[in-house]
Amino acid sequence: MESIISYRPLLAVLVPLLVIPVLMSSSRRPNVREAWVFASGVIMFGLVVSMTPVILAGNHIELTLFRLMPGADIAFRVDGLGMLFALVASSLYIVTSLYSIGYMRGLKEHAQTRFVSFFALAIASTIGAAFSANLVTLYLFYEMLSLATYPLVAHHEDALSRVSARRYLTFILGTSIGLVLPAMIYCYHITGTLEFTTAGIFAGQLSKPAAVVLVLLFVFGFAKAGIMPFHSWLPAAMVAPTPVSALLHAVAVVKVGVFSIVRVMTGIFGVDLLGSYNLGTLVMVIASITILVSSCIALSQDELKRRLAFSTISQLSYIIFGVALLSPMGQLGGVIHILMHAFGKITLFFCAGAIFVATGKKYISQMKGLGRQMPVTFAAFFIGSLGVIGLPPTGGFYSKWNLILGTLEAGQTVFMAVLLISSFLNAFYFLPIVFQGFFGKPDDGPLDAPVAMQEANLCLVVPLAITALASIALFFFPQMFVDLIVLGLNL
Amino acid sequence: MSELLALIVAKYNFWLYIILMMIGLYAMIAKNNLMKKLVGMNIFQTAIILFYVSIGYKHGATLPIIQGDPGGHGAHDAVIHAADYINPVPHVLMLTAIVVSVATFGVAMALCVRVYRRYQTLEEDELRIRLSEK
Amino acid sequence: MNHMPAIIVLAPLLGAFFSGLAAWIQKPLSYYIALVSTAVSSVAAVGVLKQVLTAGTWQYRMAGWAPPIGIELRVDLLNAMVLVLISAIAFMNLVASVRSVDQEIPDRSPSFYVMYQLFVVGLLGVTATGDLFNLYVLIEITSLTSYTMIALGDIDRAHLAALNYIFIGVIGASFYLLGVGYLYITTGSLNMADVAVILKGIHGSTAVLTAFVLCILGVWIKMALFPLHVWLPNAYSFAPVGFARVVAPLMTKVMVYVMIRLMVTVFGLDYVFNTLHLAEIVVWMGVIAILAGAFMALFQTDLKKMLAYIIVCEIGYMVGGAWLGNTLGMTGAILHILNDALMTFALFLALGNIIYLRKQAAFPNLQGLFAAMPWTMAGLVLAGLSIIGVPPTCGFFSKWYLVLGAFEAGAYHFAAALIISSLVCAVLFFKVFEICFFEPVTDTHDHHGTVPITEAPVSMLVPLGLVSVAIVGAGVYAGTIVNTLILPFLH
Repeated sequence: MESIISYRPLLAVLVPLLVIPVLMSSSRRPNVREAWVFASGVIMFGLVVSMTPVILAGNHIELTLFRLMPGADIAFRVDGLGMLFALVASSLYIVTSLYSIGYMRGLKEHAQTRFVSFFALAIASTIGAAFSANLVTLYLFYEMLSLATYPLVAHHEDALSRVSARRYLTFILGTSIGLVLPAMIYCYHITGTLEFTTAGIFAGQLSKPAAVVLVLLFVFGFAKAGIMPFHSWLPAAMVAPTPVSALLHAVAVVKVGVFSIVRVMTGIFGVDLLGSYNLGTLVMVIASITILVSSCIALSQDELKRRLAFSTISQLSYIIFGVALLSPMGQLGGVIHILMHAFGKITLFFCAGAIFVATGKKYISQMKGLGRQMPVTFAAFFIGSLGVIGLPPTGGFYSKWNLILGTLEAGQTVFMAVLLISSFLNAFYFLPIVFQGFFGKPDDGPLDAPVAMQEANLCLVVPLAITALASIALFFFPQMFVDLIVLGLNL
Repeated sequence: MSELLALIVAKYNFWLYIILMMIGLYAMIAKNNLMKKLVGMNIFQTAIILFYVSIGYKHGATLPIIQGDPGGHGAHDAVIHAADYINPVPHVLMLTAIVVSVATFGVAMALCVRVYRRYQTLEEDELRIRLSEK
Repeated sequence: MNHMPAIIVLAPLLGAFFSGLAAWIQKPLSYYIALVSTAVSSVAAVGVLKQVLTAGTWQYRMAGWAPPIGIELRVDLLNAMVLVLISAIAFMNLVASVRSVDQEIPDRSPSFYVMYQLFVVGLLGVTATGDLFNLYVLIEITSLTSYTMIALGDIDRAHLAALNYIFIGVIGASFYLLGVGYLYITTGSLNMADVAVILKGIHGSTAVLTAFVLCILGVWIKMALFPLHVWLPNAYSFAPVGFARVVAPLMTKVMVYVMIRLMVTVFGLDYVFNTLHLAEIVVWMGVIAILAGAFMALFQTDLKKMLAYIIVCEIGYMVGGAWLGNTLGMTGAILHILNDALMTFALFLALGNIIYLRKQAAFPNLQGLFAAMPWTMAGLVLAGLSIIGVPPTCGFFSKWYLVLGAFEAGAYHFAAALIISSLVCAVLFFKVFEICFFEPVTDTHDHHGTVPITEAPVSMLVPLGLVSVAIVGAGVYAGTIVNTLILPFLH
């Protein structure tokens, strides 16, 4: 295992950043602009992929940009965990770019240039967070992402988006400044470093009460992970255009929150410390509450995107739950859920957006019989649902399987019940939508009336088909990602 | 009691400047008329000037001009005691301080004139009423 | 002999003289002379900084007289940095504000430029001098010129604001002068280095204590430490833009510099923290200043006033940090002199641009600014984020050191105050951004009517851009600044 110094992580972050001025200057030529978005997405993805073999061979890629303080530089360090997350985010960025062309043009949205520019900024921050070598760098990109997403949430510039954007910012910025920042500085004060290391940084300098407080500050402070009671920004943020909800609020933003918590738990505290103070159980309790409560709330939502949002909140806690199990299987299951849930949930969001563009319908109760009109979309929705519920033949099965094995391995059978109950709840709030879509009786016509196939435009359908197929493919070929996680977490 | 009195008498210059300062400060804070405030400000500054002048003074000392022959030979012969001459430095410093206080006073007066021309009054409470009407 | 330190101060002094004369020939000449004089001063300041970095403290004897009889300019790392800061900001502001001056005080622009240069002389002199009485005279030059320039502002209220400033300013300066008197009684010297040596032997003296208290009290009044701040918001917000832009970032910071100079060089940290037991009280005063400033800013409905109260809040950062009694806190305070000057300058530059086009900066005047003035708003956003303390802007890093220092000193209340003020500042700025972004309120979200861009002239935007770069630059190179300038100074 060796460390390789390379500029590639920096380039991967810079490519979408540098393309922003170009995007802004070509605001009058949408096709040129979109071409640039694609080009930058593909280059970024290429850079990320080009680093994969290095990481799979058991090495690290490192790069220090600015020396701030000893032990807290602005620096990149690519390991298996960051690699996994970067692969997810950068590949889905390309798909989402295609989707957002269809969506934004289909709805004739205003300020599209601003939209794509901040989208690029958001994805750059996400990649930066994935490659961060220490907590300061991670915090930097975390905040950048919060701020880059604000104009996207506020995109419609109306009263509703104003309230939602305010709520989004209050929760995200309030917790990161109010909870994470003091916790981070306190860690630095005790140890003089913030580097992520598998053994943790405290080396026995932390008393149990202090550890409890710090863990709570971090877990609640990274509110992008949507741990209750700091979750309500996510349903509010659903006022944003659907590509934002799809990529950012199902993959990038929320997963950065989860990723940060995972990093802090495994890289700052270290599994041993958490285990010896029994903090894993504490986090698991918090995560379990979020899983169950938000699944129940999701059941009662009629607006499709809001239901998906609450589903996301509960699924995010799976990941934290898995890592908090502190057993290899559980950690593997939790972290790989970053990947599996991403593909499943983005498919679902894509479907919701496609339905909205094609028919203008937002509420589940309006969607009876719609599956016959939009069979591809609803088929993809079905696959996405399976992925999120955790049923074969989708990748979601793999993560849930490992999570359950992890609870057994850790001897936490009580918590296995949480997983099982919530899986049932997932099935309850997703599958009826598909069922009603294909077999339900439309409000405005008889059940057996012949309907013409009326899919949304190709830019919308192709991405959701791709992600749905990828979700199935991950069931059969998860090995590379498993390797990455095993390397990243030293399992 | 007599000790306190002795202390006051021994350092009477300090007590005097403090009393003067307090009179000035009182006027600056409590007076309603801007001109009276200005006068208070001037008393305040003068108090400090007096303080400086008094600390340069020594009993039985004279001006800091070295006595002797115009030719300059005598001065070298006689032994010069610092105690014979008052300290000129604080006095010189005060020349500058006086200039500063005069300049400040001038600027403040000019501003008062401008305020008076605009509002026809220098009473603060009236000014406050006028401003709140705006 | 190299006369660079004298040139820093003398260039604007001569400039002021010739500006006044040149106005008889041709009015615009006075502006160009001011431009040249501040530019010369900046170049000399940079030269001195370079020299000090390599050769150490530079003692320049005015007219060749040796101290303690002669007057010396004594430039070490700390004031070399502050000198560069002052002269550069003074120069950039001249470039930025020429249009504002022409707009606001067309008939008296030559007198403005004369006073402006004298003001800069005062600030530079205060920073460069090594003589306690000179410091007083130069403070008064600074104050006198600022009284006159403030009076050129708002036609209804500026005169009264200036008068109130005079009353309080005179009290502050007089306290300082009185303190110097006591120092002179006890030491018989006015040279800072000389006084410092003599004071070492007489730490217990009541006269020294009186001197210290009077000097510090005077400086606090001048820097507007809460509750001695009452003059500041009116004075700064009714001043003409061209002056507000330079006085807001510099005046209070220079006074903080004087406080630190008195603490570190003249009285010595040993005396301040080990002989006196004031530190705890002063840190509490800092806490109160921070909270009071932040919360008073919340109640303002005018951007100008709001920014003025933020200055009051920031002074609490520096006073509290300097009095924490450890190197980290002092480092944070000194770093914040630099950072806060940059941030405040950027804020007031943006504010000036807004006022230039909209005449006022009350909140209703700010509607639609993101669309109309994108570049100015970009600068405002960046500076606002820096005040909030979002990395990688410089505000984050001074806050980092301050909080770290607070932890080390066990002053958790100070750390809490810093965090709370960050949160309040976030509320403040996003309240403003919301108005600029969402208003005028529209009902539908498909308003395609494009607002015409009415941006400030290039001469006002370029300085803002440069300062924005400096804000980020001072952030990412914070480690370098601390290691090359601040820590060597403190050791």
